[in-house]
Amino acid sequence: MSTETTPANSGTAGERPIGPDNPAPVIEPPRTRTGRSPRSTRTNFELHGWLFMRLSGILLVFLVLGHLLIQLVLDGGVSKVSFAFVAGRWASPFWQVWDLLMLWLAMLHGANGLRTIINDYAQRDNTRFWLKMLLYTATVFTILLGTLVIFTFDPNIR
Amino acid sequence: MSTATVEKETTGAPDGGSAASHKISVTFRLRRFNPEVSAEVTWQDFRIDIDPKERVLDALHQIKWEEDGTLTFRRSCAHGICGSDAMRINGRNRLACKTLIKDLNPAKPITVEPIKGLTVLKDLVVDMEPFFQAYRDVMPFLITSGNEPTRERRQSAADRERFDDTTKCILCAACTSSCPVFWNDGQYFGPAAIVNAHRFIFDSRDEGGEQRLEILNEKEGVWRCRTTFNCSEACPRGIEVTKAIQEVKRAIITRRF
Ligand code: HEM
Ligand code: SF4
Ligand code: FES
Repeated sequence: MSTETTPANSGTAGERPIGPDNPAPVIEPPRTRTGRSPRSTRTNFELHGWLFMRLSGILLVFLVLGHLLIQLVLDGGVSKVSFAFVAGRWASPFWQVWDLLMLWLAMLHGANGLRTIINDYAQRDNTRFWLKMLLYTATVFTILLGTLVIFTFDPNIR
Repeated sequence: MSTATVEKETTGAPDGGSAASHKISVTFRLRRFNPEVSAEVTWQDFRIDIDPKERVLDALHQIKWEEDGTLTFRRSCAHGICGSDAMRINGRNRLACKTLIKDLNPAKPITVEPIKGLTVLKDLVVDMEPFFQAYRDVMPFLITSGNEPTRERRQSAADRERFDDTTKCILCAACTSSCPVFWNDGQYFGPAAIVNAHRFIFDSRDEGGEQRLEILNEKEGVWRCRTTFNCSEACPRGIEVTKAIQEVKRAIITRRF
């Protein structure tokens, strides 16, 4: 209905003054839901991710606090930690399993937590995709390297 | 301060002023945006004399009717039941028609903004369409199979009680637009849609629970909730929103395992 008044403006291209015929863009929030939105995934991935965060969290309380206690508090604090100390502990399968479990759970827990944060804050599809690829690469690399070290640790290395 | 007792003790006005004026001077700091005038979003102060026992909605009316007719906001019932006037008042989502000025520290400027996470169209008016889209997507209607009964569908008092809390929703969007996950990711269904799914999922007469749980189990469904409790705090109907969301999560988990 307002199109009739448009020719009244000086029709020069470029910066038209903002007015009823040329309103400013409205302020849109990120990623608005539309009629097409529910692209159903029909998997239980998010369900399992949610459960995993809570279950791994419970285990991490014991693993991480125990680890910190042993490394930093008991028996002279952090100054006692040396090559020999690490070698001594990893001679026992118990500590190997402890550290392996802690590595895997903390890495997967932390990675899934960061995945959530990336899903939250990265607004462009491309940014989100590549940040997650970077995260997954770093996670796989760290888990594999850590696992390799725990199993192939050689106390007699020179 | 309870005014009933004060009136018995003294004849003067309880606010300490002259008996003629029970009004006080309050500054309202309003978030203004008019795309037909400017692309700028600005704060504008209005200092008005008003009875502190009035509501923020009354103050907005007074400003619109006596100071600046271009001020734009939604309201309909003015009694907390239509859900039109959810806005961010002093940084918290509330209904303007249920918020008394005296409860807001009128000594300082009272800020009023549109609710967050939805497109601002003008001043305090936002585009509610994405919010209602999420609501429609959870199928907020009774789903049954078989022949329609000739009388009403009966239900025990205990069965009715199971979902009583979530029947109180007035779709004001105070909860959804207080959720930080929704602010950043508008694809998230948001608390209000989950509350209204809850209302049918836990209704013994309804048979569409499975479908709704399946819908809310997807990527942007209940697992997006981080238990921030903003929604429960924001709800003007006092619905335990976070609890309702957790009950839906539990229903999905117990159904799977
Ligand atoms: C000490 C025991 C721990 C417990 C009990 C625990 C528990 C949790 C829980 C329940 C969540 C999910 C929160 C939600 O969904 O809202 C979470 C998220 C997260 N956790 Fe842990 N966690 C622990 C240790 C760790 C460790 C060692 C790391 C780092 C490797 C970590 C990194 C994260 C991250 C990045 C998130 C995502 C944060 C967010 O969603 O905003 N957590 N944690
Ligand atoms: S649950 Fe409460 S805050 Fe959310 S839309 Fe309904 S009435 Fe409003
Ligand atoms: S105007 Fe109807 S809820 Fe406030």
